[in-house]
Amino acid sequence: MSTASKTASMRLPDIVGAAHVIQDPAQLAFYEVDGVRPGAAVRPGSREEIAEVVKFAAAENLAVIPSGARTKLGMGLPPRKFDIALDMTRMDRVLAYDPADLTLSVEAGHSLQKVMGVLGDHQQFLPLLVPYFSKTTIGGTIASGVDSPLRQFYGTARDYVLGMEYVTGEGVLAKTGGKVVKNVTGYDLHKLMIGALGTLGVIVSVNFKTFPAPVASRGFVATFETAERVFEVRKQVAKSVLTPITMEILSPRVAELFASDAAARIGSGTFAPNVISAKHWAFTSGYAGNDKVLARYERELRAMAEQTGAEQVTVLDDNTRPAAFSRKREFVAIALSPATSPATTIMKLSAQPARLKELMDEVGRAAEANSLPWAAMVRGVGVIYIALLPAERSEEARGRVGNATNRIIAAGAKANANVSIPWAPTEWKSALEVWGNQRADFPLMQKVKKVFDPQGILAPGRFVGGL
Amino acid sequence: MDTKLLNDLKRLLGAEMVLHRPEELMLYEYDGSVELARPNYVVFPQNREQVVGIVELANRYQVPMVGRGAGTGLSGGALARKGGIVVSFTRMNRIVEVDTENQFAVVQPGVVNAELSAVTVPLGLFYAPDPSSQRACTIGGNVAENSGGPHTLAYGVTSNHVLSLEVVLPNAEVARLGSRALDPVGYDLPGLFVGSEGTLALVTQITVRLLRLPEATKTLLAIFDTLDDTTETVAELTARGITPAACEMLDGWTLRAVEAYVHAGFPLDSAAVLLIDVDGVKEEVEEHVKEVEDVCQKHKAREVRVAKDARERDLLWKGRKNAFGAVGRFSPTYFVQDGVIPRTKLPQTIRRIEEISKKYGYQIGNIFHAGDGNLHPLILFDARDEKQLREVIAASDEIIQFCVEMGGAITGEHGVGMEKDRLMPLLFNEADLDVMRRVRDAFNPAGILNPEKILPTKKGCGEIFSRPMPTAGATPA
Repeated sequence: MSTASKTASMRLPDIVGAAHVIQDPAQLAFYEVDGVRPGAAVRPGSREEIAEVVKFAAAENLAVIPSGARTKLGMGLPPRKFDIALDMTRMDRVLAYDPADLTLSVEAGHSLQKVMGVLGDHQQFLPLLVPYFSKTTIGGTIASGVDSPLRQFYGTARDYVLGMEYVTGEGVLAKTGGKVVKNVTGYDLHKLMIGALGTLGVIVSVNFKTFPAPVASRGFVATFETAERVFEVRKQVAKSVLTPITMEILSPRVAELFASDAAARIGSGTFAPNVISAKHWAFTSGYAGNDKVLARYERELRAMAEQTGAEQVTVLDDNTRPAAFSRKREFVAIALSPATSPATTIMKLSAQPARLKELMDEVGRAAEANSLPWAAMVRGVGVIYIALLPAERSEEARGRVGNATNRIIAAGAKANANVSIPWAPTEWKSALEVWGNQRADFPLMQKVKKVFDPQGILAPGRFVGGL
Repeated sequence: MDTKLLNDLKRLLGAEMVLHRPEELMLYEYDGSVELARPNYVVFPQNREQVVGIVELANRYQVPMVGRGAGTGLSGGALARKGGIVVSFTRMNRIVEVDTENQFAVVQPGVVNAELSAVTVPLGLFYAPDPSSQRACTIGGNVAENSGGPHTLAYGVTSNHVLSLEVVLPNAEVARLGSRALDPVGYDLPGLFVGSEGTLALVTQITVRLLRLPEATKTLLAIFDTLDDTTETVAELTARGITPAACEMLDGWTLRAVEAYVHAGFPLDSAAVLLIDVDGVKEEVEEHVKEVEDVCQKHKAREVRVAKDARERDLLWKGRKNAFGAVGRFSPTYFVQDGVIPRTKLPQTIRRIEEISKKYGYQIGNIFHAGDGNLHPLILFDARDEKQLREVIAASDEIIQFCVEMGGAITGEHGVGMEKDRLMPLLFNEADLDVMRRVRDAFNPAGILNPEKILPTKKGCGEIFSRPMPTAGATPA
């Protein structure tokens, strides 16, 4: 046991109670982040305890990584140092829910799916249909910054997170924003916490604007022989007066992933395999409203798809939609399943919509030039997720994946896209440009980090540029 | 005045781009609030390089500076609280680029808000944030204040629409934050800088998102005989999950003031009206109009009018957007508050404001962004009378205190500025404020940019509020 973990073992039980400190090495294996095992894990039960743990860690210069359901800790770089795992799952209370005001305040360790259940009782929801939906916590969802198909209509977390309580790297409990839907009081520090992988603060609780659930919704799927056609339909919908709530393009091979056993375990319902095909591109869109609205969307989407040469058009109702769309929500989780590939590497490219097609072409060429099977999901707002699916996890495969990702990063730079490799096998990460090219505003990010975590004890090294 | 600095500024910008005479500076000592602070210089840069030059000079001479757009702000954000240089962006007013397929525009900070939509509407696109001052206010000012407007109920405030910023930091470095593409890798710096009230950087270029115009828009005017019926209607619309594009409330007194000025056809004998926009595809709009009408009827609306055409709609909205101006005909000055409350608390909040109005003996007109619980009580008074000013501030503080007790916030869209910095402790404790202070200091360590805004100075909040009297005439309202 290191000196650090010895000190920790003495002090931590005083803060959270001995029952909530884990020091057994076998149990600690569960808390590993990218293969790095912490010296101890603690499960704080209150905001004050979180602050105390971090304060202690800061005094002893111990590195802390907060976690919830541990579904997205594979994102980012391995930690430079990891002493204390801060298991947030006891922080699982709804602090306030005012359905009539459509506002919610919930602790970070609360399960997202359970929150949705609470909201569902009042015909409301959060537009966070994110990967690992049935397991993930509020804190993990916000800290990882993963996006949701619903961003097409509802935007991302930064558009509906109203405020937050957090603990800084010095163990200071602080809050930002508020609980009302419109507020410009003070700096919007909560926006910085979204997607920061816990490197700026431990998210204690989050205040949200909630949304009324639509009366009814449908899914639309059209398959096409070529990428040209499928991207053309996206463009037509974007130019129309329609405002669908989701819009994704699926590459060939996604059908195989969605029909797999892994997908059946992760997604819900039985997927009708004939909706999309492994040979075709698919345009998918969800839309909501009354009967007349649904009819209008179906009519117009069908017309656009058919005029663009669709092979097949399917409208999904409440019976068939959940199976198909839950798989779309879980694209990342399905791709990362060991059954899909032993070494799945997923890149994210955000680009202006007009450049999506050319970028997608180049991405596909980069994968194929390196003999890598691939599958892609493209959000209509301008985000490409490409999963590179090597058949083995070997040095040789790593070389090919490295070549492909470098070429894709270069293509992204040329198209002014934002590129990163959020998910890759741990032992490959040091050889990959996980966070893409360094941005010109990186020095300002360093300044921000210094304010919130001057000693660099929060998830050190995990984020952009080793922050 | 430092003649060496003056000469350097003139050399940098040209003599006609530098103001320094008292009669010139007077025009820049106020904004839309009741605050006053006179700068020593007002300068008009025409490009980023000149902004950098100004910031370098400010550093060399250790003189504070503050950015300014149209000066329509309502919290003193663009006032030179500690004197120094006002950097007016009115000459940097070019729309640099409009990209219809990718739906964004690149603008200089001095572009007037309404001008951007005027240019893009013929292309089928619009810029959503629409502050009531949109025919005068600039997008740079909107970015500083994270401005809202009636239609932010459905579309969000400025920060929801800014993709990237080019800024000049207080140390004269140029930085580009965010990107035209979504999800820039790293911390959300545009999210921090938008709404930082000009305390972190001067903004020299802004990339904003443009939205597609909805297929159909209907404007409803619901007329009520009591304030309670009006506010309960809003609470029920919210609770039933009906989100109109805008939901504004004007009380009877304000309506009469507006009607005398705009002749929009507002009923003169009502207690209050709701002005509601519903938009989307036409099938959706038909349904929502019906739902809104039903809720209004349930709460005893005397009448619900649906504007027949665009002309009628524009007239109703003209009435709303000119309301502050209309009030100016009745009183030399008004003090406008910007508190926010949960929508469920509207009825009791309105009743409390009425009580406060009676208690202090000042007329309070109510114009609310009711749909998102953002209140704008206008307290009428004469700023030339020091006693009145003190009483009005006390009344206003009581309103804000009540908003906070209801679980709300002290400002929904106008900003903290120099007007509400002393009220920050109502919402934030010393630890909360300390992090904010350190974030500011990380970018603006010497406080050379827009000093003494947002964060309370450590003088203690018991300090009696006082400010200088206007130099000439009344404070323009």
